[in-house]
Amino acid sequence: MNPYTIPGLILVVVVTVGIGAYGLRFARTTSDFLVASRAVSPSWNAAAISGEYLSAASFLGVAGLILRYGVDVLWYPVGFAAGYLALLLFVAAPLRRSGAFTLPDFCEVRLRSPLLRRLASVFVVFIGCLYLLPQLQGAGLTFATVTGGSYVWGALLVGVVVTANVALGGMRAITFVQAFQYWLKLTALAVPVIFLALQWQSDGRPPVAPPAGAVFPAATAVVVEQDAVIDGVQVHKGQELHFDQGDPVPQVSTVDANFGPDWLLPGGERSLFATYSLILATFLGTMGLPHVLVRFYTNPDGASARRTTLVVLALVGLFYLLPTLYGVLGRIYTPQLLMTGHTDAVVLTLPEAALGDGHLGRLLGALVTAGALAAFLSTSSGLLTSVAGVVFTDVLRAGRGGSVRDFRLATVLAAILPVTLSLYVSNMDVSRVVGLAFAVAASSFCPLLVLGIWWRGLTDLGAAAGILIGGGASMVAVLITVLGAPMSGWTAQLIGQPAAWSVPLAFLVMVVGSLLTSRRVPHDVGATMLRLHAPESLRI
Amino acid sequence: MDGDRAPERTRVVLGEVAARRRPTDRTRADLAEQTPVGEALVKGLVRAQLALALRLALVVVTGLGALPLLFVAAPAVGTVKVLGVNLPWVLLGVASFPFLVGVGWAYVRWSERNEQDFIALIRKPEQ
Repeated sequence: MNPYTIPGLILVVVVTVGIGAYGLRFARTTSDFLVASRAVSPSWNAAAISGEYLSAASFLGVAGLILRYGVDVLWYPVGFAAGYLALLLFVAAPLRRSGAFTLPDFCEVRLRSPLLRRLASVFVVFIGCLYLLPQLQGAGLTFATVTGGSYVWGALLVGVVVTANVALGGMRAITFVQAFQYWLKLTALAVPVIFLALQWQSDGRPPVAPPAGAVFPAATAVVVEQDAVIDGVQVHKGQELHFDQGDPVPQVSTVDANFGPDWLLPGGERSLFATYSLILATFLGTMGLPHVLVRFYTNPDGASARRTTLVVLALVGLFYLLPTLYGVLGRIYTPQLLMTGHTDAVVLTLPEAALGDGHLGRLLGALVTAGALAAFLSTSSGLLTSVAGVVFTDVLRAGRGGSVRDFRLATVLAAILPVTLSLYVSNMDVSRVVGLAFAVAASSFCPLLVLGIWWRGLTDLGAAAGILIGGGASMVAVLITVLGAPMSGWTAQLIGQPAAWSVPLAFLVMVVGSLLTSRRVPHDVGATMLRLHAPESLRI
Repeated sequence: MDGDRAPERTRVVLGEVAARRRPTDRTRADLAEQTPVGEALVKGLVRAQLALALRLALVVVTGLGALPLLFVAAPAVGTVKVLGVNLPWVLLGVASFPFLVGVGWAYVRWSERNEQDFIALIRKPEQ
C-alpha cells in the first residue's frame, strides 16, 4: 500500500476542520453565517459553489466513463458545466431576489401553496438521496482501490463518518471550507496530469487507440472478479490471468466497454436518443439540485448572483478539462481496468501505473486520493445538510422551535436510504447514477422554476400536476434502472435515459394544467413578478 | 456639536430631493401599486430579459446541440484531425467550455444593461 496515502488523507481532514474552526470564529449561528457570507466576494462564493458541486462523479466518474466509452461520454462534463449556463440564463438573479432559501420555500413564495411545498420536499429528498448514492459508491470504490479492502466497508465507513459529521455539526457549510475544497480538487488533478503528460512524451507518445485495439503497456496480472467468457474461453471468479507487454486487451463478456479503435470516434454504442436525453438532463437538471440552490441565497443581490454563476461556470469548465486527459491516458497505461470493469478507479490508479511505484508516482497517487476524499466529503456533507434541512422543517415539522436533537434525527433518517442502497449498486458507473439524479431534477424542478419565474399564468395545481406526472415518471424510470430490472431494445433506452420524454412531459402538463385552472393564479402575481425581476436598487 | 450641524445639512438634502423626486414617485407608485402602467413596465422588463435569455439559449442549442446530429450525418467529421487530435475531442473536451463561458459573459453584460434601462425609465422625470 502507498505509504503517503494515509498522511495525505489525514492532512485533508485536518485542514478542512482547521479552516472550518477558523471560519466558525466569525459565524456562530445560522444568521451570522448568512450575514458573514454576504461580505464574501462573488469569486470566493463561486469557488465554494464549485467545491460543493464537483463530486465523486466529476472527480472519478467522468474519467472512468471516458476510458470505457470514448468521445461520446464527453457530453457528461459538457452538460455538468452547461447546467450552470441554464441556471444563469433563466434562474439565478430572480431566484436570489425571491428570497427563497430552498425549493420548497420558492413554492411558498411564488404560488402560496403548502401542498406544493410538501410535494417539492418529497422530490428534494429523493433527488438528494439519489445524488448521495454515487458519492458513497465513489467512497467505497476509493477505499477498495487504495487499501485493497472491501467496497461495502468503504461505502459504510464514509456514510457513517459523513452522517456523524453533519449530525454533530462538525462540518458546516462554510464558504471558505468549500472554496478550499475546490482548489484542492483542481490541484489534485492538475499537478499529476503534468507529470503524466511528460511521461507519455518520454515513452515516445504511444497511440491512444491503436488500430488493433487497446494493448497492455507492461506485463500485467488480472484477477477475474466474476465468471465470464473471454475470447470464447470460460473463466471463473478468482482465476488469475497473465498478459505480456504488447498483448491486446481481451473483451470480457460481463463488462460493457468499447475496446476497439472506434473508441476515438463519435456515435459508437450510444444512440442519438441517449445522447440527447443526457444533454437535456444535465443542461436542465443542475438548477434543480438542492445543494446548489441553497448557496445562491448567500449572494447579496440578484446581479451578484449572476456574476457568481458566471465565475462558477468558468471554474467548473476549467476543472472539466482535466478528467478527459485521465480517461485518455488510462487507455494507454491502465487498460486492465477495462477487463475488471472498475473504470471509475482510473484517476486513482493512473499515477502509479504510469510513473512507476517510486516516490513521485506514490506522492502523486496520494494527492489524487486526497482530492477524491475532498470530493465526496464536500459534496455529501452539503447534500446531506440540505436534505436533512428539508426533513427537519417539512417532514418532522420541527419549525423554528425544533431542537438540535430533531436535526440529528433528520440527518440520520436522510442518510439511511442512500447508505443502504449504495451497498447494492456497486456495479453501476458513478457518473451514470448522477445522470439519473439530474434527469429527475430536470423533469420536476426545472419546469417549476422556469415557468414560475417567467410565466404569470402558473398555478399551484398545474405545477403540482407537472411535478407529479413528469417528475414521478422519471422517478419510476430511475428506480427501475437502479434496481436493475432486465430490459432490452427501445424500452431499455426510454427507461435508462428518461429525460428526453419526461422533461417535455413535465412542461406540457404544467402549462396545460395551469391553463385549465387559471382562476387559481395568485392575485398578487404582479407584485411577485416585480420582486423577482426588478433590480434591488429600486427598493420598491 | 451635532445639534448645530444637523439642521443645516438636512435642509440642503431635502431641498434637492424634493425637487427631483416628485415626478419619479408617480412611476414608483405605479410599480408598487400595480396600476396598469406599472404592470406594463414590469412586463416589458420581464419580456426583455426572457428574450435575451432565449436568444442566448438558442446560440448554445445550435452551437452544441447540433453536434451529435452532425457526427451522425457526416461521420467523416469524426476523423478530421486538429493538431493531431480528432475534431470531436477538441470540440467537446476543450472548446465547449470557453464557448459556454463566453455566452454567459454576454448574458451578464446585456441583462445588466436591460436592468439599467429599466431603472432609467423609472427615474426619468416625467414631462
